[in-house]
Amino acid sequence: MSTGPLQLRGRVLKLDRVGDYQHLTLVAPGVAERTRPGAFVALAVGGDHSATLLRRAFSIYRAKASGVYGGTVEIVFAVHGPGTAWLADRRPHDEIDVIGPLGRPFALPKEPVPCVLVGGGYGSAPLFGLADRLRERGCSVHMVLGAASESRLFGTVQAKRSAQSVVVTTEDGSVGTPGRATDVLPDLLARTNAAVVYACGPMGMLSAIAALAEQHGVWSQCAVEEQMACGVGVCMTCVLPVRGDDGVVRMVRSCVEGPVFRGDRVLWADAGTIPAGTLGAPRVGGHA
Amino acid sequence: MTVTSQPAAVVDSSSDVGAASGPVVDLAIELAGVRLPTPVMTASGCAAAGRELAPFLDVAAIGAVVTKSVRLDPRSGRATPRMVETPSGMLNSIGLQGPGIDAFLATDLPWLVSHGARAVVSIAGGSLGEYAELGRRVGSSPGVAAVEVNISCPNVENRGLVFACDPFQAARAVSAARRGIPRDVPVLAKLSPDVTDLVSIADSVMEAGATGLTLINTTLGLAIDHDTMRPVLAGTTGGLSGPAIRPLAVRCVWQVHQAMPDVPIVGVGGVRTGRDAFEFLLAGATAVQVGTVVFHDPSAPHRVANELQVALAARGLRSPAEAVGLAHQPRPRPEGTDD
Repeated sequence: MSTGPLQLRGRVLKLDRVGDYQHLTLVAPGVAERTRPGAFVALAVGGDHSATLLRRAFSIYRAKASGVYGGTVEIVFAVHGPGTAWLADRRPHDEIDVIGPLGRPFALPKEPVPCVLVGGGYGSAPLFGLADRLRERGCSVHMVLGAASESRLFGTVQAKRSAQSVVVTTEDGSVGTPGRATDVLPDLLARTNAAVVYACGPMGMLSAIAALAEQHGVWSQCAVEEQMACGVGVCMTCVLPVRGDDGVVRMVRSCVEGPVFRGDRVLWADAGTIPAGTLGAPRVGGHA
Repeated sequence: MTVTSQPAAVVDSSSDVGAASGPVVDLAIELAGVRLPTPVMTASGCAAAGRELAPFLDVAAIGAVVTKSVRLDPRSGRATPRMVETPSGMLNSIGLQGPGIDAFLATDLPWLVSHGARAVVSIAGGSLGEYAELGRRVGSSPGVAAVEVNISCPNVENRGLVFACDPFQAARAVSAARRGIPRDVPVLAKLSPDVTDLVSIADSVMEAGATGLTLINTTLGLAIDHDTMRPVLAGTTGGLSGPAIRPLAVRCVWQVHQAMPDVPIVGVGGVRTGRDAFEFLLAGATAVQVGTVVFHDPSAPHRVANELQVALAARGLRSPAEAVGLAHQPRPRPEGTDD
């Protein structure tokens, strides 16, 4: 159990605005020590009398095992509903119920190979810790940060410290290369001779990256952002169709079997459906 | 067995402060002949098969683990979105995703038994034959503390109408399952609140061989997305659960207990705190299940039991059994009006 997730009352250390996002630092002793890049935390929102009961899942941006205040974990989020609005209203010393670290982290290469890391919007958050681990292993790290506009990019300054090369793309052209992260990826994969591409962001982006990786003969590790209710594997809401080692497609929970998946294993085009042939799929006419 | 540790996070129990001076409360109960260390269990569909909760509580110390309803065959469940948050609750349309009875009996049940949990196995069929087969398979497996029969499933042999909504079909499903389950293993029938006369359904499933009742399953709801202007859930409708339905559940327990005071009832619907559990006992439940609130707080089945202990002690009650059905007794006269 020493490596399993913890549930504890975290304390807000600080909350900063970064572009369109919020950057929350929580004192959560014990969580950081267990965190590996790609893991996430599930936060309860709304306080003890909350009417919003479902946990909100956030990938861990940074985890520091020790410090003046004890171990901390940091997340980055956008306000888009009552739960994230409540989080954005927190003040230092406020308590938040934290469960973490959760989920399967990014798999790391055994050899010191070139790696490309792609973050869409604040999906870049877990990639900086990953970049550190990859560099420790002698991997060269190249980053692509893409967003709709400049204010929706996260970590462009930090990326320059984390990676040997950084490409920034914005769909409105407000900064960097106009277009999408996936537009610059083929060239980058070829130029860096990448062996692995790591990605975190919206489903459409991950789907495109997984396909590009296949075309270039590169492994892909994709961290999905599925809606979750519990984060710990009991609610069965965050499922995706994924092909297993045995070739069988199953609806798997992205909280416990993900959030990081091999890109070639996810049936991206079928997300949101039960593809024909999935284990236990309804027969003609659907589930009774 | 008495839980003596202080509640990890006492929620909404300010009036119970100072309860330390009350009597020592033994939380153990007997439910339909089965002894449980506390009256607080997980609810089916909210704890998977128990294993995922192990980092957050001791599965052997809670009342029981009620497993997610198992079907005969593996089920993929429905398409996503399967869940939407609603005020103080949620709607779900999971579609009973699960591994099927073979994998359940090979993996999930042995895990629970080997970890000292009392396993209450929930079964769900699409036909009477499936209920019979599931009852046989689960009934012949060692280590099953009780069987819960989920009859809120469409009957493929009856135009897809839900078993639980018709007294005759509900009784036939329970009777089919009961046949293969040994006499000393209690059978709980889990009823739907979406009926006109719950007591008549309760009566017919007890006649059909149920040992007790689990009240209530989710109630059907619908949420529409403002942007797409379509239902949020891929399955259109979903089951509403959480504290939003607690008064509905307490009403159901009350009505059935009033009509059939000797029938063991497990109350479920929006239990969040020990005081909520206490309310169910007062209405007539012998035990409670914690469902949706586990998504909010996976330690809840443990915490709620601790809080219930405090709530009972604060009122001078020595056991959960002393609270069962108390609310049905006449109101005490105001003080000072004794003859």
